[in-house]
Amino acid sequence: MSILVDRSTRVIVQGITGKEGSYHATACREYGTKVVGGVTPGKGGTMHEGFPVWNSVFDAREAENPDVSLIFVPPAFAADAILESIAAEIPLIVCITEGIPVLDMVRVRRVLDSRNDQGKPIRLIGPNCPGIITPDGAKIGIMPGYIHKRGRVGVVSRSGTLTYEAVWQLTQLGLGESTCVGIGGDPVRGLNFIDVLEMFESDPETEAVVMIGEIGGEDEERAAVFADAKMTKPVVGFIAGLTAPPGRRMGHAGAIVSGGKGTARDKMAFLESHGVRVVDNPSLIGKTVADVLASGKSRKTLLPA
Amino acid sequence: MNIHEYQAKELFKEFGIPVPNGVLVESVDEARKILSDSPLFQGDTKPAVWAVKAQIHAGGRGKAGGVKLARKSEEIPDLVSQILGKTLVTHQTGPEGKKVLKVWIEEGSNIAREFYLGVVVDRTTRRMTLIASTEGGMEIEEVAQNHPEKIFHLALDPLEGYSPYIGRRISQFLGLPFSVQSQMVNIVRDLLDFFQKRDANMVEINPLVLTKEDRLVALDAKVGFDDNAIGRQPALRGLRDLSEENELEIEASKYNLNYVKLDGNIACMVNGAGLAMATMDVIALAGGSPANFLDVGGGASKETVEQAFRIILGDPHVKGIFVNIFGGIVRCERIAGGIIAAAQDVKITIPLVVRLQGTNAKEGREMLRSSGLAIQVAEELYEGAEKIVLAVKGDK
Repeated sequence: MSILVDRSTRVIVQGITGKEGSYHATACREYGTKVVGGVTPGKGGTMHEGFPVWNSVFDAREAENPDVSLIFVPPAFAADAILESIAAEIPLIVCITEGIPVLDMVRVRRVLDSRNDQGKPIRLIGPNCPGIITPDGAKIGIMPGYIHKRGRVGVVSRSGTLTYEAVWQLTQLGLGESTCVGIGGDPVRGLNFIDVLEMFESDPETEAVVMIGEIGGEDEERAAVFADAKMTKPVVGFIAGLTAPPGRRMGHAGAIVSGGKGTARDKMAFLESHGVRVVDNPSLIGKTVADVLASGKSRKTLLPA
Repeated sequence: MNIHEYQAKELFKEFGIPVPNGVLVESVDEARKILSDSPLFQGDTKPAVWAVKAQIHAGGRGKAGGVKLARKSEEIPDLVSQILGKTLVTHQTGPEGKKVLKVWIEEGSNIAREFYLGVVVDRTTRRMTLIASTEGGMEIEEVAQNHPEKIFHLALDPLEGYSPYIGRRISQFLGLPFSVQSQMVNIVRDLLDFFQKRDANMVEINPLVLTKEDRLVALDAKVGFDDNAIGRQPALRGLRDLSEENELEIEASKYNLNYVKLDGNIACMVNGAGLAMATMDVIALAGGSPANFLDVGGGASKETVEQAFRIILGDPHVKGIFVNIFGGIVRCERIAGGIIAAAQDVKITIPLVVRLQGTNAKEGREMLRSSGLAIQVAEELYEGAEKIVLAVKGDK
């Protein structure tokens, strides 16, 4: 088992004839992902790198009924691409694009929320994220596949390369990963920590979860409250940005301490007090997970006395 | 992107939001000249008082002596000379302060009451959110902490959009007389219109004042725009004031490098924003102090690394460099080649530690070791941080 994606997941790529889309569609296929084709308006009916191309997500759905749409469309057109996949009712959308205007995402988010309210949810991962991977199952994103190893730990993160760092440690220690989800560095996004924690909690293959957060917002805090109330599996957390100055955006659009809120120190303290094992040295994420798993303790017993 | 008060007020005016009339001056001579040229200082309709305001991208100007009142127009050139060229230190400028290069002179208002009105994209509701408060002229964060009951939040449903009842609710919360409610309804409508049409991510009117003549006026204006949307906003071109930004940061942005200058002396160069932040943190954990945030992106080619080295070395406080690259898509031996070539071209004379991990890391590290350059090599993140901290301390 794993969450969201596995060996049978069928994927289309929006923006497949672009440089990024083309490169990564091929890389995902090489990893073993079932990439069934792609969408580029105006290039329907052609083949690209051995993939059939359709003019619209609707055409792609009619031909292949895919489970996932992976988006590599430039930022100015990315929200439209997401909305098209939602309208075509593709159940899972993974948007890699960085730099989407936030008001575009506010609109996308509203559409996702109303689908939720109607009981017809569509899931979005990202934007501004590396994607999702279930090792030896499906790689749907831009992460280097070979650093992963199928295993026991679920990973959820707002960052890209920092996630690779944690994954590498888990792989080296032989723990491996069940599924890794990059939820992205933007302030308004699709799936959040809580959604992914909930799935890991009910996934039998996942024994522990690594949650990698950063400065800005309160999503990590809300996730910690959720874990405290609803989770039995241990959660190991890391928060980047202890040395980040207030009011400055640190690369990611969402990584900013504003009005004194969202500092790394506050987040770490909050997570600790809700039973998350917080690591302050990112080199020790893997080792901490190993210790927690070896101790055989459930999440509850990690709470400070 | 942030802009000056005077620029924000010009944009407000364009969208119908009432602001005081004013003029911008960049020298005392100009201030003298406008006294006779501008209707703001002539004739029967001239105001009884003027506000002379320093234009910098930071709040807290009043307390730092950057805002003065003139009762007679003849006092204005003298007040301008007191503010212009002065370095203001406020809670938002940092200890080095900001130099005043522009001064805005505007008609004073007959203030009866002061309010706060703002719009942000709220990360919790994921919607545009209006914020109003009866405590105008104060730090909104302070009010939020001490008197949350004096703040009104309203998340705008993007599918529903604006409707006048929203303006009426805010009017009611602020206790405005019914006679000025329609002014408030229009201001809220126009402010949201501005926010959406210009891709703002933060707008603050603090204070929004009710004058004794029963007019609502935006006495201050603070606006930030979404950097991701600047490309589709031709109207905002030319509003960026480079004198407000760090020179190295401007230079870095030309090469698509994400660089933020900090106060420490150990520079870092990293691929990926999250890992870059974590690298800064690890330098601090190992007892050092990071000089910058720098994300060189996924590629880390020779050209990128070379530009990054030049920018890092442009900061005179830098005493050592820590390069931390996790090679994923791009293999480590290619990255190592880029680092070696760039280090040779740039001629680095301070300690350099390179930590390579990921695809073909072993080969990459071997290349660095046998390059003949004074590069210390590390495998683990913390090990690399310790090495650079030690090297910088030993170098003193």
